Amino acid sequence: MLAARVALRLGTLDLDVTIDAAPGEIVAVLGPNGAGKSTFLRAVAGLVPLDRGRVEVDAVVLEDVALRIHLPPERRPIGVVFQDYLLFPHLSALENVAFGLRARGVAARDARVRAGSWLDRLGLSEHANARPGALSGGQAQKVALARALAIDPRVLLLDEPLAALDASARGSVRRDLKRHLASFAGVRIVITHDPLEALALADRLVILEGGRVIQTGSPAAVTQRPRSRYIADLVGVNLLRGTSAAGQVAVAGGASLQSADAVDGEVFAVIHPRAVALHRARPEGSPRNVWRGRTSALDYQGDRVRVGVEGEMPIIAEVTPAAVRELDLAEGGEIWVSVKATEITVYPA
Amino acid sequence: MRAPFVIVTAVALLVAACAEPNPTGTPQIKDINVFAAASLTDAFTRVYDEYAKSNARVRFIFNFGSSSTLATQITNGAPADLFASADQANMQKIVDAMLTDGTPTAFATNRLEIAVLPGNPKKISSLADLARSDVILVLAAPTVPAGKYALEALSKTGVSAKPQSQEVDVRAVLNKVSLGEADAGIVYVTDVKSAGGRVTGVAIPEEQQVLARYPIAVVKSSKNAELAHGFMDYVLSPAGQNVLAEFGFSKP
Amino acid sequence: MRSERPPALFVALAAVGVAFFVLPLVGLVSRASWQTALGDLTSPEALTALRLSLVVSLAATALALLLGVPLAWIYARVPFRGRDVIRALTTLPMILPPVVGGVALLFAFGRRGLVGQALDAMFGIRIPFTTAGAILAATFVAMPFLVLTVESGLRSMDRRYEDAARTLGAGRWLVFRRVTLPLIAPSVFAGAVLCWARALGEFGATITFAGNLPGTTQTLPLAVYIALETRPEVAIMLSLVLLGVSLFILIAMRDRYLRGV
Repeated sequence: MLAARVALRLGTLDLDVTIDAAPGEIVAVLGPNGAGKSTFLRAVAGLVPLDRGRVEVDAVVLEDVALRIHLPPERRPIGVVFQDYLLFPHLSALENVAFGLRARGVAARDARVRAGSWLDRLGLSEHANARPGALSGGQAQKVALARALAIDPRVLLLDEPLAALDASARGSVRRDLKRHLASFAGVRIVITHDPLEALALADRLVILEGGRVIQTGSPAAVTQRPRSRYIADLVGVNLLRGTSAAGQVAVAGGASLQSADAVDGEVFAVIHPRAVALHRARPEGSPRNVWRGRTSALDYQGDRVRVGVEGEMPIIAEVTPAAVRELDLAEGGEIWVSVKATEITVYPA
Repeated sequence: MRAPFVIVTAVALLVAACAEPNPTGTPQIKDINVFAAASLTDAFTRVYDEYAKSNARVRFIFNFGSSSTLATQITNGAPADLFASADQANMQKIVDAMLTDGTPTAFATNRLEIAVLPGNPKKISSLADLARSDVILVLAAPTVPAGKYALEALSKTGVSAKPQSQEVDVRAVLNKVSLGEADAGIVYVTDVKSAGGRVTGVAIPEEQQVLARYPIAVVKSSKNAELAHGFMDYVLSPAGQNVLAEFGFSKP
Repeated sequence: MRSERPPALFVALAAVGVAFFVLPLVGLVSRASWQTALGDLTSPEALTALRLSLVVSLAATALALLLGVPLAWIYARVPFRGRDVIRALTTLPMILPPVVGGVALLFAFGRRGLVGQALDAMFGIRIPFTTAGAILAATFVAMPFLVLTVESGLRSMDRRYEDAARTLGAGRWLVFRRVTLPLIAPSVFAGAVLCWARALGEFGATITFAGNLPGTTQTLPLAVYIALETRPEVAIMLSLVLLGVSLFILIAMRDRYLRGV
């Protein structure tokens, strides 16, 4: 298992992140560019020293600032698949995979045999003698994976393993990667800025923003109850923050919503854009939450249209193109918004 | 201003600067190029200082080097007006190339001396000592007069001394000794004298001596042959000879 | 590269520029006596100088590699106070008149020099007038070419390859040997070739510091200078050898020269 608290300052980044991962678990560290994901990975691998914190793998301390312990990268039981893979261009695929074994003192012949069997497992034996320059992106990724796994690490770190691939190859490579990751028994941590990749590969998500962990949990839990604008945008829901008392949520800006959920105190409120109804005139009937706004943007996405509404409570609605025509929606036009109380999910902040 | 005009102007100025001075202007200072053996460096500079007192309109530009280098430069068309060689052989090259204006005239003689470190720490007293294994000896290259004379003197004496370096001219030999890199070098009497206290001279007895004869001649291609002859005459005059004697040269 | 029709003025001035460089070479070739070329080049004095020049220039290149690669590594990787000043000092011989370099070497490694004095007193080692002296002189003027080329190679390489190697279990020395060095090999090779060419052509520092003795310190350029007065045909042939080698190197290295501009 991996237990890491990584705290350091690097340029404008102020990183302070604690991540624990159990063996067999695949954790995706997800966050926008500049959140500190790659720095976290480099710190765990020993490539960047910590200012404060501790890194422990299977109860062995690799680094502890207070105890002045710092194991250099070459002595950590950690395999890394780097962004762009970084296969040594002057060595063949086989030599790349054998590199770690040779560095750890395995005899040349033995190392080649073991490297060969790794390439076999990944279905790359016919490319054993190819230079990295002659490999496709997907092949290079497998060689990088084999190279990292050949040293028999306890922890496998992958930095944006799919970012270097073009979109057409990404799907199949991702499926292969998931399969190969499944066969590795140690801790697996995938660094990514791509939510699809995170959702496809990981058992657990850790959301990183501005050098801090914002949220952690299963993909379902994180997407259903986002705790940051970043995740809300990724999932495509409206996220509001406010104070709830007796089913009445007071949000920033002075507006207030009624919810069917009875949670008191500081809360997040999530409203799916599909649950936001738009009207030309003030609607009659049951909706508890009705307010007026101005359409700010129309974003056509296939058979749906996302409509941004400005006003005392900014919100995004999702309607059909037919509804856009019926409502005669135009940017800057006045519009009424309604949301049923039962469509608002409220949970503690 | 347009660029071509600037360039044309610049080229014109450059050409004008290199060309003959304008004869209609104020009295011009004439340049005389004197190519002289390296051993004459100090003496000729002084001779010129004396000469210039009564000849203000002539400016001498000296090119000191090994006589063999200078002879090569002159035969290849270097703009020399006057050539003073440290030996007959290199003057002969100019004569053979029919580049002299008149017959070369001997104006000085010089003698060899052993230059050693100040105070003579290696106790060198004769040419024979130069063959000692603890003595670092430096000579001029056999292609330059000083080197040729030194080898003559050594063979006359029956000494087989091996130099550690064959320097390009006699001044370089003197420098290697005065810098302390060499223990001894064979140079001219005049070199030891001009080095002041930086080296000590060890005399070479008469029977082992080689007499260096210095000829001087005006170069045929000289555009100022008259002025060049004037300086040559001064060197041969009692006044010029006195200055040379001050620096250790003997009469021809 | 986009091709463009040049203005006539540029063509004219450029032609003058080319002529300025080419005419001396043509002059050299026109004076060569081809009938005796083989004999001149295989004359004992020519062969001695050729052999010595090879030994001196190769030894200087080896010494420059040994000292220059670590120096370039430190310049490229370790920011320290005064780095720019020290780099400038070690690059100085590139523009310093070689004779000045030779005199400076005498004051350091000569018999009366700062270090030379101690070497003489303690070990009886004297450097001037020896082949070692010629090698030192050549290294002094040629090593900066190697250091600068290797430093720029190190600066432009992707250091993440070294990180990758370390996570695979390679210590710093192994990373340098198996990853860094192969990745900068083109720069090291180019630097070594430039360094060798400069060492081969070295004259001023050698004659000032090491002296001039056939077989010991009289390298090709010195032999050319001495032979010019007595056997010009040999001098011309040796010059043509130097010329040919230099020309070949410059053509082979053209990419290196143009890339940095």
